[in-house]
Amino acid sequence: MPTVFVNGQEITIGDKERLNGIQVAERAGVDIPRYCWHPGLSVVASCRMCLVEAGKKDSATGKITMQPKVVPACQTPATDGTVFVTNSPKVIEARAMVEEDLLLRHPVDCPICDKAGECSLQDYHFEHGREERRADIQPFTSRRRELGDTVTLFVDRCVMCTRCVRFTREVSGTSELMVINRGAHEEIDVFRDENGKLEFPLDNKLSGNVVDLCPVGALGDKDFLYQQRVWFMKSHDNVCAGCSTGCSIKVEENQDHVYRLKPRTNPHVNGYWMCDEGRYGFHHVHDANRVTEPRRLEKTGYVNVEWSVLPQELHAKLKKTSRLAVVLSPHLTVEEAYLLAKYAKSIDSSAVLALGPVPTQGTDEKFKSGFVIHAEKCPNRRGVESVVASLGGSLLNWGDFLGLAESEAFGAVWITGGYKTNWNDDAAVASLANSKLLIVQDCFASPLWDRADYQLPSATFAEREGSYVNYQDRLQSFKWAVRPPQGVKADGQLYWQLLGRTGLYNAAVVVEEIGREIPVFAPAIGGVPEPGVDLKVNQIA
Amino acid sequence: MSEFKPVLLASVGKPESHTRKVYEQSGGYQALRKVLKTLSPKDVQEQTKASGLRGRGGAGFPTGLKWTFLPKDHPGPIYFCLNADESEPGTFNNRILMEDDPHQVLEGLIISCFATNSAVAYFYMRCEYPLAYKRICQAVAECYEAGYLGKNILGSGYSLEIHVHRGAGAYICGEETGLIESLEGKRAWPRIKPPFPAVEGAFRKPTVVNNVETVACVKHIFDRGVDWFKSIGIPPDPNNPRDAGSYGPKLYCLSGHINKPGCYEAPLGITVTELIEEFGGGVWKGRKAKAAIPGGISMGLLKENEFHCKLDFNGPGKFGCLGLGTAAVVVMDETVRMVDFLLNSCRFFSHESCGQCTPCREGTSWATKMMTRIKHGKGRLKDLDLLLEIAENIGIMPGTTICGLADGAAWPLKNCIKKFRNELEVYIKSTNPSGWMETAAVPALQLLDIH
Repeated sequence: MPTVFVNGQEITIGDKERLNGIQVAERAGVDIPRYCWHPGLSVVASCRMCLVEAGKKDSATGKITMQPKVVPACQTPATDGTVFVTNSPKVIEARAMVEEDLLLRHPVDCPICDKAGECSLQDYHFEHGREERRADIQPFTSRRRELGDTVTLFVDRCVMCTRCVRFTREVSGTSELMVINRGAHEEIDVFRDENGKLEFPLDNKLSGNVVDLCPVGALGDKDFLYQQRVWFMKSHDNVCAGCSTGCSIKVEENQDHVYRLKPRTNPHVNGYWMCDEGRYGFHHVHDANRVTEPRRLEKTGYVNVEWSVLPQELHAKLKKTSRLAVVLSPHLTVEEAYLLAKYAKSIDSSAVLALGPVPTQGTDEKFKSGFVIHAEKCPNRRGVESVVASLGGSLLNWGDFLGLAESEAFGAVWITGGYKTNWNDDAAVASLANSKLLIVQDCFASPLWDRADYQLPSATFAEREGSYVNYQDRLQSFKWAVRPPQGVKADGQLYWQLLGRTGLYNAAVVVEEIGREIPVFAPAIGGVPEPGVDLKVNQIA
Repeated sequence: MSEFKPVLLASVGKPESHTRKVYEQSGGYQALRKVLKTLSPKDVQEQTKASGLRGRGGAGFPTGLKWTFLPKDHPGPIYFCLNADESEPGTFNNRILMEDDPHQVLEGLIISCFATNSAVAYFYMRCEYPLAYKRICQAVAECYEAGYLGKNILGSGYSLEIHVHRGAGAYICGEETGLIESLEGKRAWPRIKPPFPAVEGAFRKPTVVNNVETVACVKHIFDRGVDWFKSIGIPPDPNNPRDAGSYGPKLYCLSGHINKPGCYEAPLGITVTELIEEFGGGVWKGRKAKAAIPGGISMGLLKENEFHCKLDFNGPGKFGCLGLGTAAVVVMDETVRMVDFLLNSCRFFSHESCGQCTPCREGTSWATKMMTRIKHGKGRLKDLDLLLEIAENIGIMPGTTICGLADGAAWPLKNCIKKFRNELEVYIKSTNPSGWMETAAVPALQLLDIH
């Protein structure tokens, strides 16, 4: 196996691994600063921040020959005997030079810059920069111009790493961004007409990624701009509920308010990216129209019910009914679907389990890099299906279920929602006219909600805890990022209590239980790692 | 020196020298006929290698050796790019060749393409040469008519297409990978190497990039023989194992403060003094020379007492210059202020920096701003150290940039500050008597913009 030396440390890499200096140094615990290099983009070696000394160790004689000049680590492959030195005076001086150069014309407007706190320019300057400014250049201009509906450009903060330009060429394949002018006058821009009006704006469904890619504060996300200082926010691992791709994401919040979503690197699912639909699709979490009170329908109208008595009250009512049906929304986590299904079966062993409506929109969209936005706009159809198939026998979809409800009078119907918008209509209400007790658990009012005997406010994705199974049968687990608004309880907690379990709902315990009970979920036994587990592995075996 | 008869410039100045008729009357296209009839591409490569011909574009890389870097038995296509993006300040030898003897260039180009098995050649010409463009286009058309280009050239079975492509006025397009990028319709941002163009160049195919004068020399090697070529010039320096020798005739572009500026042909190894005295008619207005640029502005600066420097590929390096470059000698007389020279040089390179690598983009622009301030009487002695520091840290030699433009920007700074430091210090002290000793960061000034 090839051995590489980083600052004297021996690192063994795989025979077929093709790593560059930055990646191999990372394995040695050495962070090499860089602006232009990104693992998801082509190598241009132009920012010159990752300069290191490199050489070769002769395996026979053990003699090390170093190259006389510094080389960019991003462009230098790590092969057997390659020697990297990242802390020599030459390297330290080169980094200080690049850092000084980049700050020559930088406006240094950190106090009003969104990136401050997570800015490579700041961090690297602190670590590798010079003590004092030697330049005599007036840097204090801060021009801003629009690039499109989602992204704005702070021209003078740019360090010309061209990550954003390469992203639009290599990943989204839309090529809106380009470099204009030459030398120190270079700027990022899009095509404009003679009056400066946008002619071909940055307009693609992955546009928000360029903001994440930007190592400095040049590209601003209009949705997030001036909303929150980054050091106030806490980051929580989560999974996007926007479509069946199930991108690994980070939910960033401060005091239970979500400010932005960012992609989390997951080579099995989304790589480094996420789409704008998912990225900006969290605003319903804080929508003023969210339903936040559990209510019961009385003759005089709805009255509020205390959460403390609600489980017992529901349980008492449900126990008395003869025929029970439960609609499991594809927005539920696997654990929630399992607990509710389990509860239904515990009351009525012949309870009908059905899958809620699966929203689709258009067709799957594939981008140049292979990233796919799926037409199925829910995160967990496959997970819920597997639960329903295992516990409820045959799989019943929403249409079949409504048909069944018309012909058969259910004693009680429990419908879970969790959709972002109104998802049912009066026809669905009419189909359920024969059902005696209707329990609707949802985030927003809808015709069914308005007709429910029990209205139970439901949690959104950021408030849920559990696992989703994406289009490729990968199960990813996550914890809640924010607490639900006052009056709302996470769905899982209610089911947990209905099943008579004590304490707080714990998804990790439940998924373990599911793994033992339902064969498909067996790979989840023993804990789900950060990138998730592939459920197909088990099916093949 | 007097026995040397111009070869490359033999037809220049004759009436109608740019036409095929005149060219053929003086033995034109005989070398091509001979090559196609009697030699294989490999022979041509070998003989070129044996001739010791080194690239005339600036770097002086052995031409025959460059051709052998092409992958063997490549299914093709292999592209040949002729670099006629002559933009080095002071250089105009390619222009003379293309305007007054375009067929000589084309004959050399066809032989070179034959040697490299290229079926398509791109003639990349800078935009600022309208007459050369016209003449080359005419000459290419004449060649197609005469069967020197196109399918089955002279019945040899070898076919070649030439496309003349005009640049859009950027110095960096003369860098070989910048040229390739520009040819492909992209920004002329030099590529990272490896892969070298010989492996993956234009349109991701093996590519050779040669200078106009280089291919003109190729024509004469096959006209007059390898021995003739090797009889001219200077053999390798035995003390320098990396010197491959400097053989053949060379076009020297002489300009600046001399009586007879122009493009002159001389054997490699002529000294600056000989060039000025024998060809240039001495420094103008009876003045004394102060300094000279040995081979285009990026090569640095020679002081008057270094004019015995031999202008071969190895010579200027002995005097702290970068190299021979394009052999464009610019003479400055005693009235020239080095501050002006240096500001001009810095301004040129910051204007032409492609802006890809941080050290070059920012370093050249910072140097220009500093020089502007010095010029305007706000200089400090400390600035010279800063300028020197910038110069020493940018370029492919320290490893901080992708291409050599930054080295070219650094050398005038390095040479000028080293060789004329006293003059620069006197200038700074006399124009900024109250602040020259200041070392604290200066308050920001509204500086002249470089565009």
